[in-house]
Amino acid sequence: MSATATFPGRALGHWSFLVGGALTLALLLVAGLSLVWTPLSPYLIDIPEKLQLPSAQHWFGTDALGHDVFSMLMVGAQNSILVGIIAVSIGLGAGTALGALAAARRGWVEEGTMRLADFAFAFPAILTAIMLTAVLGPGIVNSILAIGIFNIPIFARVTRGAAKVVWERDFVLAARAAGRGPFGITLAHVLPNILSLLIVQATIQFANAILWEAALSYLGLGTQPPQPSWGRMLNDAQAQLFQAPWLALFPGIAIVLAVLGLNLLGDGLRDLLDPRLARSR
Amino acid sequence: MSGFLLKRFATFVATLVAASIVIFLVLEVLPGNPAEVILGPEAPPSAVAALAHKLGVGRPPLQRYLGWIEGMADGDFGTSYACDTPVVDLVEQSLAVTLPLALIAMTLNVALGLALGIFAAARHNRFADIAIMGLSQIGIAIPSFWFAILLILLFAVELGWLPAGGFPGWSAGLWAGLRALILPSVSLAIVQAAILARVTRSAVLDMLGEDFVRTARAKGLSRGAALRRHVLRNAMIPIVTIMGLQFSNLLVLTIVVENVFYLPGLGRLILNSIANRDVVVVRDVVMLLAAMVVAVNFTVDLLYAAIDPRLKLREL
Repeated sequence: MSATATFPGRALGHWSFLVGGALTLALLLVAGLSLVWTPLSPYLIDIPEKLQLPSAQHWFGTDALGHDVFSMLMVGAQNSILVGIIAVSIGLGAGTALGALAAARRGWVEEGTMRLADFAFAFPAILTAIMLTAVLGPGIVNSILAIGIFNIPIFARVTRGAAKVVWERDFVLAARAAGRGPFGITLAHVLPNILSLLIVQATIQFANAILWEAALSYLGLGTQPPQPSWGRMLNDAQAQLFQAPWLALFPGIAIVLAVLGLNLLGDGLRDLLDPRLARSR
Repeated sequence: MSGFLLKRFATFVATLVAASIVIFLVLEVLPGNPAEVILGPEAPPSAVAALAHKLGVGRPPLQRYLGWIEGMADGDFGTSYACDTPVVDLVEQSLAVTLPLALIAMTLNVALGLALGIFAAARHNRFADIAIMGLSQIGIAIPSFWFAILLILLFAVELGWLPAGGFPGWSAGLWAGLRALILPSVSLAIVQAAILARVTRSAVLDMLGEDFVRTARAKGLSRGAALRRHVLRNAMIPIVTIMGLQFSNLLVLTIVVENVFYLPGLGRLILNSIANRDVVVVRDVVMLLAAMVVAVNFTVDLLYAAIDPRLKLREL
């Protein structure tokens, strides 16, 4: 592979980018398809058909209320993506702004922002979700907020670290000499230079958000029935573990494939977008 | 005490205070009347007023906050509304499950993660390395509660070797108690070990490329001796950082895994308290968990100073 190979050329030869990209694309396609079509309605309760083994009619069988598991999994993908996108956007938006501010202003602004980020780490997503649930009752909004807030300090730290390096570069010095202010330099020079890093981080955090969302729904703190979610399906499956053990397999496999895909995609993007970071692989 | 440690200790205390303020604001001030939260929207106003009086809601928030902090300092965490028992007793019983669970899981995680990571680095780009990295990539993607369910399916439902859940209590004997913690701690540890193995491997590989390692090999040190004496010590900073994060993670993830196995630990306590709208217990347990996370972070800072004496001299 030559150093001058084009991005598409290198991407096609990159194993984890290809597998991760394919899995992520599959996740998005399934979620998109479920908006217009599912084999059966995931909300249809059909007690006589409950706890069926996988068959031609019910591809992945049915749960304790006769819901079609395959249809529920498809709609559950929407749920994971929705929570992931909004939560990561909250973290990316607020975290990047805080991190860029810290790097641009230095002094007490930087100190204060970073202490705030340290402090935020005392509240893992589950603790925030628990507090919100205790006050507001359970729901999908809580899990989005909790995961989003959890993501803010992560993006703030990554942004600050990378932005400080850019601020030391000669072209920033030149821009400052030409009279551009910190805000203008951040927009014109700092953010474009750390964009690839942020994309990689966002992909990884998307994967983590899917894991946290599943855990919160499993605990009953997140998405509420009848809206299908992978975590909730596992909770229901556990109640039927002795009669219908296969019910516990499909939602778990769906989570693993989605998270694995996004993680591999993130790793691949890191190698492809910034070869300097890839030296230890 | 050096400047570094003093500064870290000040941060530790300040973080605890800030956490307690946030928890108090979210759980006691934000909802308006905690008595309403506890009793629910359909409760008769007289009952709400009586409970509000009992909780001291009428007092100004600052006074209530200071009362809470003073109580905690005296070991009085308030009284659970749902169980009518002191929260301290509930927390004590729960910690007897949660702490051993987290510690066993952490021990398994460190043993497995460090060994696999160092082994993979030593076999860089050979079959064992690629296999370990492939498996760890899958391990990272597995939710620990699903792994727990799979373990129950295999070892409890199919083989019948271990209990599917529940906890007999330490009074039933050490082995009976430990037996109930095997599957929970393994399910927590495996996923974390996958992360630790990856971090360890890349930290060791980074160090293997350093000049001082080449010098050590050039002066005649064997590969193993150079690894032990020079590489591992220098690779410890990123490894200890991630281990600190993982221990905090494990403490919080016990909430999830305890609910898979119906273990009467902090996680069960807190979820039951949410179901019972027992705000006093939720407040105290969240504070306790946040305090444990902050304490772990502080310990990691102390370890940094022990690993890298230069940090103690530098003003951070």
